[in-house]
Amino acid sequence: MSETRKPLLHVEDLKQYFRINRKQVTKAVDGISFDIYEGETYGLVGESGSGKSTTGRSIIRLYDPTGGKIIFDGRDISGKLSKENEKYLRTNMQMIFQDPMACRNPRKKVKEIIAEGLEIHNICNSKEEIDERVNNVLDRVGLSREQATRFPHQFSGGQRQRVGIARALVMNPKLVIADECISALDVSIQAQVVNLMKDIQDDMGTTYLFIAHDLSMVKYISDRIGVMHLGHIVETGTTDEIFTNPIHPYTISLLSAIPHPNPIVEKKRKSITYNKDEEGVDYEAGHEHVITDTHKVLATDEEFAKWTNR
Amino acid sequence: MAKFKRDKNERVLSIRDLNISFNTNFGTVRAIRGVRLDLFQGETIAIVGESGSGKSVTVKTMMGILDSNGHIDSGSIIYRCKEKDGSETEYDLTKMSQKDIRYKLCGKHIAMVFQDPMTSLDPTMTIGRQIMEPILEHEEASKKEAADRAMQLLDEVGITEPDKTFKQYPHELSGGMRQRVVIAIALACDPDILICDEPTTALDVTIQARILEKIKEIQLKKNISVIYITHDLGVVAKVADYVAVMYAGRIVEKGNINEVFYDPRHPYTWGLLSSMPDTDTDSDRLFAIPGTPPNLMEEVKGDAFAPRNPYALKIDYREEPPMYDVGGQHRVASWLCDPNAPKVELPAELKARIAKMKKEAGINE
Repeated sequence: MSETRKPLLHVEDLKQYFRINRKQVTKAVDGISFDIYEGETYGLVGESGSGKSTTGRSIIRLYDPTGGKIIFDGRDISGKLSKENEKYLRTNMQMIFQDPMACRNPRKKVKEIIAEGLEIHNICNSKEEIDERVNNVLDRVGLSREQATRFPHQFSGGQRQRVGIARALVMNPKLVIADECISALDVSIQAQVVNLMKDIQDDMGTTYLFIAHDLSMVKYISDRIGVMHLGHIVETGTTDEIFTNPIHPYTISLLSAIPHPNPIVEKKRKSITYNKDEEGVDYEAGHEHVITDTHKVLATDEEFAKWTNR
Repeated sequence: MAKFKRDKNERVLSIRDLNISFNTNFGTVRAIRGVRLDLFQGETIAIVGESGSGKSVTVKTMMGILDSNGHIDSGSIIYRCKEKDGSETEYDLTKMSQKDIRYKLCGKHIAMVFQDPMTSLDPTMTIGRQIMEPILEHEEASKKEAADRAMQLLDEVGITEPDKTFKQYPHELSGGMRQRVVIAIALACDPDILICDEPTTALDVTIQARILEKIKEIQLKKNISVIYITHDLGVVAKVADYVAVMYAGRIVEKGNINEVFYDPRHPYTWGLLSSMPDTDTDSDRLFAIPGTPPNLMEEVKGDAFAPRNPYALKIDYREEPPMYDVGGQHRVASWLCDPNAPKVELPAELKARIAKMKKEAGINE
């Protein structure tokens, strides 16, 4: 990854707060910054409640961010959107959701679901053109053309997720946000979907923001990884850096929690637990420490010294 | 790890030639086809397979919660029940009515932890009352005793403030806490068998590890037998003593955990092991088993896995393979284990991975 390349997505100090009542505000995302370069895959990992899904949803503007700046392909898409920028955002950024059944209209045929975006944005001039694009994308994700006239419930889980990918890809997006898109699938099918996403990236140069809680799958697909905890990115780096030289104790505990398919070793191994309060880590007080060009950790000076000396 | 002996006298549950089918609008689905499995006192077995392979149906039959269109065609599930006073009774769960199973055995002797902790708790009842419920139902305990037991159970499953949680409602707890409560309910009447149906699939990896360690700890303390149903081989490696791999309603490979993980014989097990993401390799492509599981609506001819199996022999398409004994507790249903079959090498990548696993575990060949 050469750092001189212009980032496709630049997120700076993104904040997303949710007001619960007059007194309480949940800070789901609290000032995170990262860049995603063209053609790469950025993995965002963390436990539930860490704000990784919220980040994805704020970027694609399913929520209105409380603060911060999002630059997508040179256009500012934070704050109030102009008509032009909104259209650009809606056509060039797409999302794949976790539950492939719940996120689409069960009364529509797969073909209509996939073509919906094309129709809304008046991208194609004729019905034939729409058909052609839908058929092409169906071939691309490995579904047969006959299956296009079926309803979502007639598909298996893996096939439904393929429909989800087809729906996102039909727009030829620059950036695809994949929000836990494989965690509901069986292991053997997960591998198929991950491989498919990689193939598509190789062919079309799509950029992915891959959100997941399963670090082992993220390793296969991501070039760079950001580890999120309680609304902060605590550590970011290339996949290698995160896996071979994790600094932040939260990253270490996440890595230790991955079960290895090796019975004798696995039975003896104990996972490392991480408790922010017990360790006395204060994310608010921390600032970014640069280890290499790409590897950064959020910590105060004392914490950083302690963690690197281990 | 001490090898589990699997002594006949310690058998708690034995399933023999179980066949179950479902009647649907589109015809009959043969979901379980001749399953044979044993469970011993204090042992943990894991049933592994993709969705639709019949692993959940098998345990649902034990709990008497088979869907109403399901039908047990043949076979038996013998459950040897040890009463608290020391006497033993044998029940054939396939001969009992579902209602009988639920009244006599469920909760008291066989308990189950479901996948989704939110839907298996009652949102209108406090946590304390939900744990007290099975105690009051199955045992002649006063409310005071039941409440004390519930408090103790909450403590056992690792909830830090039992008296506070006791009065809370399910929605006030996080996913991991809720699953702990579900485990506490399952353990309320000291069952002999605990069935965990994908207990950690809905949870984060960090919490998953803690829950699995907790179940293990409780199991050792109370000497109960546990059946895990999962598709995550990492989880299996962590908890199980014995593994059964299911495919399309049949057990295709079973054996002691080390036999199955370090010396897999069935091509489906090879596929499953290879498709596990490994955090140590540098290869950037994941192995995927091609195709999808078969439709059990149609009659399966030969080996159900044959169409997805690159190593399939001609006979695989004609005849179903028998269970071969390949030594120890290891049984494999694949024609490749027949003495007349051609020698097939493990896929190179998997071979390398197993060699590395063995090295890490300190096994010498």
